[in-house]
Amino acid sequence: MAYKLRRSRIYVPGNRPRMLSTCGLFGGDAITIDLEDSVAPDQKLAARWLVAEALKELDFGKSEITVRINSLSTPWGMKDLEAIIPTKRVEVIYLPKAESAEDIKQLDSVLEKLEKENDIPVGQTKIIPILESAKGIWFAYDIATASDRVVALSFGGEDYTRDIGGERTPEGTELLWARSQLVAAAKAAGKQALDTVHSDVSDLEGLYKNAVMMKKMGFDGKAAIHPNQIPVIHEAFNPTQEEIDYALRVMEAIEKAKASGSGVIALGRKMIDKPVAEKAERVLMIAYLAGMIKEDELPESIRKSIVKEGE
Amino acid sequence: MVKNAVGRDIPEEIAGMKLIPFKGAFAHVPEGRKAAPKLGYVASPDRRDKVIRGIEEAIKKVGLKDGMTISFHHHFRDGDMVMNMVLEAAMKLGIKDLTLAPSSTFPCQEDTVLRAIKTGTLKYIEGGSYRGKIGQAVSSGVFDKPVRLRSHGGRVRAITSGDIHIDVAFIGAPSSDYAGNCNGLFGPHACGCIQYSVVDAHYAEKVVVVTNNLADYPCTPIEISEQYVDLVALVDQIGDPNKIVSGTLRITKSPTRLKIARDAVKLAHITGHIYDGCSFQAGAGGISLAFTKFLGELLEKEGYVASWAMAGTTKFLVDILRKGHVKKVLTGQAFDTAAIESMEQDKNHFLAGIDHYAHVHGKGCLVNNLDVIVLGATEVDVNFNVNTVTFSNGMLSHPIGGHQDTAAGAKLTIITAPLMRGRLPIIVDEVTTVTTPGETVDAVVTEYGIAINPRRDDLMEKVKGSDLNIVDIEDLKKLAYRKAGIKEQKKPDWDDEIVALVEYRDGTIIDVVRKVKGLENPLDKIE
Repeated sequence: MAYKLRRSRIYVPGNRPRMLSTCGLFGGDAITIDLEDSVAPDQKLAARWLVAEALKELDFGKSEITVRINSLSTPWGMKDLEAIIPTKRVEVIYLPKAESAEDIKQLDSVLEKLEKENDIPVGQTKIIPILESAKGIWFAYDIATASDRVVALSFGGEDYTRDIGGERTPEGTELLWARSQLVAAAKAAGKQALDTVHSDVSDLEGLYKNAVMMKKMGFDGKAAIHPNQIPVIHEAFNPTQEEIDYALRVMEAIEKAKASGSGVIALGRKMIDKPVAEKAERVLMIAYLAGMIKEDELPESIRKSIVKEGE
Repeated sequence: MVKNAVGRDIPEEIAGMKLIPFKGAFAHVPEGRKAAPKLGYVASPDRRDKVIRGIEEAIKKVGLKDGMTISFHHHFRDGDMVMNMVLEAAMKLGIKDLTLAPSSTFPCQEDTVLRAIKTGTLKYIEGGSYRGKIGQAVSSGVFDKPVRLRSHGGRVRAITSGDIHIDVAFIGAPSSDYAGNCNGLFGPHACGCIQYSVVDAHYAEKVVVVTNNLADYPCTPIEISEQYVDLVALVDQIGDPNKIVSGTLRITKSPTRLKIARDAVKLAHITGHIYDGCSFQAGAGGISLAFTKFLGELLEKEGYVASWAMAGTTKFLVDILRKGHVKKVLTGQAFDTAAIESMEQDKNHFLAGIDHYAHVHGKGCLVNNLDVIVLGATEVDVNFNVNTVTFSNGMLSHPIGGHQDTAAGAKLTIITAPLMRGRLPIIVDEVTTVTTPGETVDAVVTEYGIAINPRRDDLMEKVKGSDLNIVDIEDLKKLAYRKAGIKEQKKPDWDDEIVALVEYRDGTIIDVVRKVKGLENPLDKIE
């Protein structure tokens, strides 16, 4: 089971050289270099050039390198791709304001063309659509299944609230259905679900509470707009020690049952069915990737499925 | 010239001073006896004859003469008025050739000090700090013999050994009674404590307490007792209360500096230096303040109770004390109003004498009992030597403070520094000036990774398998040079003339600082 840790991603404005040079230091699972909302129209050209140079030159640590381009319906979106794909460093394109399967197919074909032109294996560049309108949320499953490149669906709460004519509340009631729909659509398509930003940078406690809730709702991660948010998000999305211990017991029971040839697997008085087993595997894989348990503490079956860098 | 233990060339003698080259952090064994002032006697049955109005009268009565050495503490920081008042009065009275021996100096004193040099009232500065325009003046060669930079412990050593002989100590005290019992805790200009001047009081020939707040006898708690005090000078103001202490010190907002502080806490924890019962020093500088905050959070999360902490105390340490995650706090200097309040109210908050803190001629000191200390640096080199006293252009910049002392004493000494400041690499081949020897430094934490001193295999073992980014210090240096776009380190443009000697805490010479070529002498601008 190849699992990609996407608990956190840190947004970096594409027109801020200093931030670009340090954004890889904070241990975010990904960096998202932004060419869209944080760059004013008259700065688009300069930012695109700067980002392309930064991608060629800078070390971003272990973070997955992702770029939020401008929508392909703007005058900038296509040019963004033409500038950044040839650097061969972009792992994921975040596509804002995705509203239909067509949007994804269009991006897919542009990527295919650019990959061919630049000797990049076709399909290597992944897509994460950002759903931030009523329409985008409504067509979430179609969007998630429009291309194999799509690895996750991401939610944009601010724009969505505006689009539905709602109002942001601290408890996020206005986002509840959209979040639930996005998670269900993503999971139905076998993809990850990533939550929107917590915009109050100073409110780390609120961020933690919110992120814990999102984990319970089925999200796999959450965007950050300040490096201080990263460790908080990680703590929230990491499995708890109880979860890890339970998962280890589940895996042990499975292996025991296999060894004894028993078809029925039980832990104490509880039956272990497929979803329980799958959750245990996922918990242990996340715990391993997050550095919470060592490789030799993992059950054999999971150890085998670890994809090492360079393999 | 002889090469000392950190490879620096040290003259055997300069301006009539015989020098002992640095031999290693714990190699020099001192000889001789402690210095002491003359015997005193309780002169008068008139119980109020110590109190004098004004500085000028005090100077006259105490018998300050040409060529004497005067001392001050720095507890009022950039709000101090005592040093300026004394120097102004000395200039007015035409006193010449004084030596200034403060525990530190601040920008608010620069102009007066420079004027006193220009007019001949001051001829030399002994120890303390040489920052700002005073540093520039020394670096441009204003004195006819080199000054000596000393750590906090080193200053105590110099005073107790007689290397510094104080004729008159002027001690600003926020509260004093008519007999000279005094403290820093109460009064409109309270600064918490006046511990830096206790050693001055004990060793100076004459002691003048300068206060604006005459308290009832006995003025308790007694930090300096009447047995040491010759005169009590009553003045209107001893400082600017807004600059003496901060309301609340703010933690840096820089994400990279916060990361450095977090990683330092993690390193100390993983290597077993933060545990139930540990001890630490909490600093008030940028990254140190964040370290204290994150350390407090860790103690809370793990349910640890540290046994004690010493500090330039701030609200962040007081919070840890009040939440019960450190049993005792020992304060040598208070930085904010919360610290002062806590010294008054918390029964587990105590004073730490500076001699007890770091003094090598004692028979024990607090720093030797520390588990962990986090310190800053102007530069660190690939041999883990640290510079805190000069800019990379060679000009004197900052004091040593407790850097050498705590680095030598603590079980784990962590240097925190950004890889670059502006376009200047901070990790270099050779520090411009060695302040603290690499043998007392265990790790350097930068935002681009943590380098562990190869002397500490044990630490290396403990960080294995952790998610800390452990790197070779050579690689950090190379990365810094690459980012700066340089192939090799730019050396300062130094003349041959030695303008300052950097003393190690044991009195040996660890490095010299030379005159910077073409540096403007700030005295030239004074009318």
